Amino acid sequence: MTTTQPGLLTGPAPALTAAGRAANRSRRRRRLSRVGVALAGALLVLLALVAIAPGLFTGRAPNETDLAQTMASPSGAHWFGTDQLGRDVFARVLHGARTSLLVGVGSTAFALLGGTVLGLAAALSGRVGDQVLMRFADVLLSLPSLLLALLAVTVLGTGTVNVMLAVAIAFVPGYARIVRAEALVVRRSGYVEAAVGLGLPRPVLVARHVLPNALGPLLVLGAVGFGTSVIYASGLSFLGLGAGPPSPEWGAMLSEGRSFLATAWWIGVFPGLAITVTVVAVNIVGRFAQRRFAGRTS
Amino acid sequence: MTDAGPVGTLPASAGPAGGDPAGQALAGRRLARGRLVRGRLVKGSLVRGIAVRLAAALAVLFGAATLAFAALQLVPGDPVTVLLGPSTTASAEVRAQIREDFGFDRPVVVQYASYLGHLLRGDLGESYQLQRPVAELIDSQLWPTVQLALAAAVLAVVVAVLSAVTTAGRPLPRALASAWELLAVSTPSYWLGIVLLTFFSFRLTIFPVAGAEGFASLVLPAITLALPVAGVLAQVLREGLETALAQPFVVTARARGLTRTAVRFRHALRHAAVSLVTLTGWLTGTLLGGAVLVEVVFARPGIGTLTLQAVSNKDMPVVIGVVLISASVFVLISTVVDLAYLAIDPRLRKG
Repeated sequence: MTTTQPGLLTGPAPALTAAGRAANRSRRRRRLSRVGVALAGALLVLLALVAIAPGLFTGRAPNETDLAQTMASPSGAHWFGTDQLGRDVFARVLHGARTSLLVGVGSTAFALLGGTVLGLAAALSGRVGDQVLMRFADVLLSLPSLLLALLAVTVLGTGTVNVMLAVAIAFVPGYARIVRAEALVVRRSGYVEAAVGLGLPRPVLVARHVLPNALGPLLVLGAVGFGTSVIYASGLSFLGLGAGPPSPEWGAMLSEGRSFLATAWWIGVFPGLAITVTVVAVNIVGRFAQRRFAGRTS
Repeated sequence: MTDAGPVGTLPASAGPAGGDPAGQALAGRRLARGRLVRGRLVKGSLVRGIAVRLAAALAVLFGAATLAFAALQLVPGDPVTVLLGPSTTASAEVRAQIREDFGFDRPVVVQYASYLGHLLRGDLGESYQLQRPVAELIDSQLWPTVQLALAAAVLAVVVAVLSAVTTAGRPLPRALASAWELLAVSTPSYWLGIVLLTFFSFRLTIFPVAGAEGFASLVLPAITLALPVAGVLAQVLREGLETALAQPFVVTARARGLTRTAVRFRHALRHAAVSLVTLTGWLTGTLLGGAVLVEVVFARPGIGTLTLQAVSNKDMPVVIGVVLISASVFVLISTVVDLAYLAIDPRLRKG
């Protein structure tokens, strides 16, 4: 990039030249972005802790009603205010983290699994099998993913687990396509040809060589896709198809809060803020992983 | 360029869901290169290319119809019970009558054939709950959704072009723009809608709270639907712009005395727009799907509201009708875009 070699020089700073200034600037930016990634990572760890043990962060129960304190605005006693039944919104948001994040993790995992199986099958099953599976993926990709999820919910029925499966189904075709492309590249690579030449049995070849090498990009995709899963799953709950009303799930809380916007904005705004903050953090970390990975392979 | 977020680093909400837009942009370019080669080999490649595209489009539509039929068959339980809903007191005779009327007693293959036959004649069947033809229901709800999707598409493209053209290759504005784009792609539209409603409809009472009458009721829903999309488009566009601005023709244009702004808008933007065009399919799907959520937030009539109602009631014919219509729209738009490619960019036709 530049002719100066910062880090190797101990003498006067090379920042006097234009190129050196540019290098410095880009280094500063990179350092700044590292700080951002570290903060986002710390936030995700904190969120995971909240999901595992919400009791550590709030003494209140999510469904504890207090009819003397309904729709109280945010204050020292109730950071996020209270809802129409006097439940503490802060406690509900914290307790909702578990359901919302679990559904996101679950649907991403299922989607990756389904995508890997289909993608590998397409890449390794010869021309006809590949054509059949990929044209099937084309058909699924011709539907907006939210509609595909809605179609799946209609068939499976409503509820948290079904929403998780529906979101997974919506994402499978996209993942399958990427895994297939990745597996095709790996399959044509020298080391796989060498392994074939050595007479390795096919299952061993797939398990030991193709899968591990196609897996890296997949995990990075999963990290980036996790944010979308959370948005979709909470969206389906918002539409009233996921977790039922009393349970503190972010999308369901948003939907409840929708009815009280005129008088108590905090009921709907804070659960949504929780989703947004989570997804921003996931995206920052996911993109960092993607960048690192892209740097390694290219 | 290392931390410039190359095309591969696309936002989550673009994710692999509606097709990974970055992946599609790349695939589009790869596809174009493939055609380039074919174009050189095959005489009359344009006609052949059109024929192949149309056949593929029809195949996808047929697949979507089959998928929808399979979904209908997969709904657990007796279809008559599903049709009648949970609180029914229908007698055995009535049930038998319904079974015969809808043809549930016939073999699956016969049902499938008759379903395809009806589709070919443009008959999408009749709603279980609303006792009206599905085509008529969709037709009556189509306009508000089309209005919303078009408004959002225009807004998203305008915002994305401004955000990308004014910041490409300029460190500080670029960082700021990247920040808002990250925020835009990470914000769920249904929450954005609620925040906008709180401020502009309930606090400031500038815009109506619900409904679809007049221009004022379109503003907030269109912004809500457009912003996350604009974030994705802006990122892809800036990537394309920065690549284009590094090309020799930029220096030539500057040497001819064009201003920086003119170079950006008149030369670089055209090249960058190609990657944007490959995202059209993703854009269509996202706007159609996103409309469901936005319509619910703003209590707007439209296809989304109709779909949600049908999903909650297990009104399969309506769900299938909506699925088939959106698949058709998607296929139609991507086919047109694909063909337009051949027309716009002569490099794809001949080597």
